[in-house]
Amino acid sequence: MNSAPESLAYTLDEENTSFLTKVLNSIQAVGHTILYFLELVGRISRFIGKAIAHCFMPPFFPAQILRQIIDIGYYSLPVVGMTTLFTGMVLALQTYTGFTRFNAESAVAAVVVISITRELAPVLAGLMVAGRIGAAIAAEIATMRVTEQIDALTTLSVNPFKYLIAPRVIAGTLMLPLLVLIGDIIGVFGGYMVGVHSLGFGAGSYITQTWDVLESMDVISGLVKAGVFGFIVSILGCYHGYHSARGAQGVGAATTNAVVSSSILILIFNYIITQVFFS
Amino acid sequence: MSTAQPNTPKISLQGVTKSFGPKKVLQGIDLDVPAGKSLVVIGGSGTGKSVMLKCILGLIEADQGSILIDGQDTTHLKGHDRDEMMGKFGMLFQGAALFDSLKVWENVAFGLVQGRQMKKRQAQEIAIEKLIAVGLRPEVGHLYPAELSGGMQKRVGLARAIAANPEIIFFDEPTTGLDPIMADVINELIRDCVGKLGATALSITHDMGSVRKIADEVAMIHDGKIIWQGPIEKLDNSGNAYVDQFIHGRASGPVTKHGTHTIQKQTAS
Ligand SMILES: Nc1ncnc2c1ncn2[C@@H]1O[C@H](COP(=O)(O)OP(=O)(O)OP(=O)(O)O)[C@@H](O)[C@H]1O
Ligand SMILES: [Mg+2]
Repeated sequence: MNSAPESLAYTLDEENTSFLTKVLNSIQAVGHTILYFLELVGRISRFIGKAIAHCFMPPFFPAQILRQIIDIGYYSLPVVGMTTLFTGMVLALQTYTGFTRFNAESAVAAVVVISITRELAPVLAGLMVAGRIGAAIAAEIATMRVTEQIDALTTLSVNPFKYLIAPRVIAGTLMLPLLVLIGDIIGVFGGYMVGVHSLGFGAGSYITQTWDVLESMDVISGLVKAGVFGFIVSILGCYHGYHSARGAQGVGAATTNAVVSSSILILIFNYIITQVFFS
Repeated sequence: MSTAQPNTPKISLQGVTKSFGPKKVLQGIDLDVPAGKSLVVIGGSGTGKSVMLKCILGLIEADQGSILIDGQDTTHLKGHDRDEMMGKFGMLFQGAALFDSLKVWENVAFGLVQGRQMKKRQAQEIAIEKLIAVGLRPEVGHLYPAELSGGMQKRVGLARAIAANPEIIFFDEPTTGLDPIMADVINELIRDCVGKLGATALSITHDMGSVRKIADEVAMIHDGKIIWQGPIEKLDNSGNAYVDQFIHGRASGPVTKHGTHTIQKQTAS
């Protein structure tokens, strides 16, 4: 008879402890995640610091920088051009159909130029370049890591940060603003084409409306964004490639991580920079 | 650099350990490589020979112990000092590790052009010379690494390692994948690096013919430790059961395919 309450207490107790361990375990898991995250941030920050330092310390590798400028700048032109062209075109169309409801068709040119320069050209170009360049950088450097080519560089007295990483970061940071500037022009031109040829705007008045509303800050903020995005894409491509795990799977994971992380950071920094410029 | 005593070992490892996660690879390596000599490390596959070379080069950071080059502790050398120290070394990687975006001759000349700012023309001449030394035709210089066979890639890697006439050269399995004749050419080349150029060589090989040809001294690594080291003349009567088994390539002996447990029982008995 006595044993009944005792065993009850016992089971309760056991339940309690198992509940307690569960709570503790989940707290521990959260702790581990936070620690892991902090460690990751620390590692990336150290990597970025080192990469930036090597961008400014000789020896430099001009041939490598030039090669990356051509790769990142010149060969991304078609992608960025197509993206901004169609974005400008569709923007004119959408704004027109939307704004006629409020008899505000005349704002089409203004909406196109401001959206393109401030937001769409930098963000879309950034995302396209993240897919094109970020992936290529990560895959190339990861393959070099896996096949010991990075180790070989070091044994030949060539610092991989100077030879591989600095040229890519320099080219990425300098070329994306240039690409976006060209993208701005192409995007506005796309809006103009649609406005004049299919929405019935006068060519002269469309251009005047564009010029009237455009302020230098619109373009500058877009170019600043582009510089930051170019830096993000190239540095994260390098980071994930450089720290790639061994084997083909490691290379694949490095590529995916580079593209995903740089795309997300582009969107976050887009918000932050907009906030800084326009509020 | 030249302040070192005449009998300071060129390379000295003291109690070097390295683990990858729970896996203990090096468990206290003690090894001296005398200056101007050729030392060959033998040992089973996966015993950490390549890891040991990478620890000496600082490509992998050792967990414990110290690594002395010319009597100077380089274990924690970083940045510019380490880049500078690398100038003393040449390394042939087990997988050749050629730069696949560069032509063969550019690979061989890489350390000269990028690392030592030599003029391209001059570096190309040296590169071609080294390609001939490893038994490749000069035309090979204009191909890309992907267009070569495995053995050819290995030889290009070798040419790259010796291109700058380094003081210390590491050869990770230099003759694997080569035909017997070419293997002998490479053995002689390694001998020449030590004999004629006065380099210190540290090689890894499984090829006993190659060991006898290139070694002044032999060391055997087992279970993450150096269990025997001695001059090549003593290799055949080392009095060490592991060495005996290894050089005769017998499946039965203190080393079994299952590794450590049996070994320790046998040593105990
Ligand atoms: N970067 C690494 N990460 C994790 N484990 C590693 C790494 N490098 C080597 N190892 C492990 O260390 C052990 C020793 O590797 P190592 O390449 O030195 O062997 P080895 O003695 O050179 O063998 P082989 O004669 O086959 O070349 C292996 O079991 C390997 O799995
Ligand atoms: Mg090996």
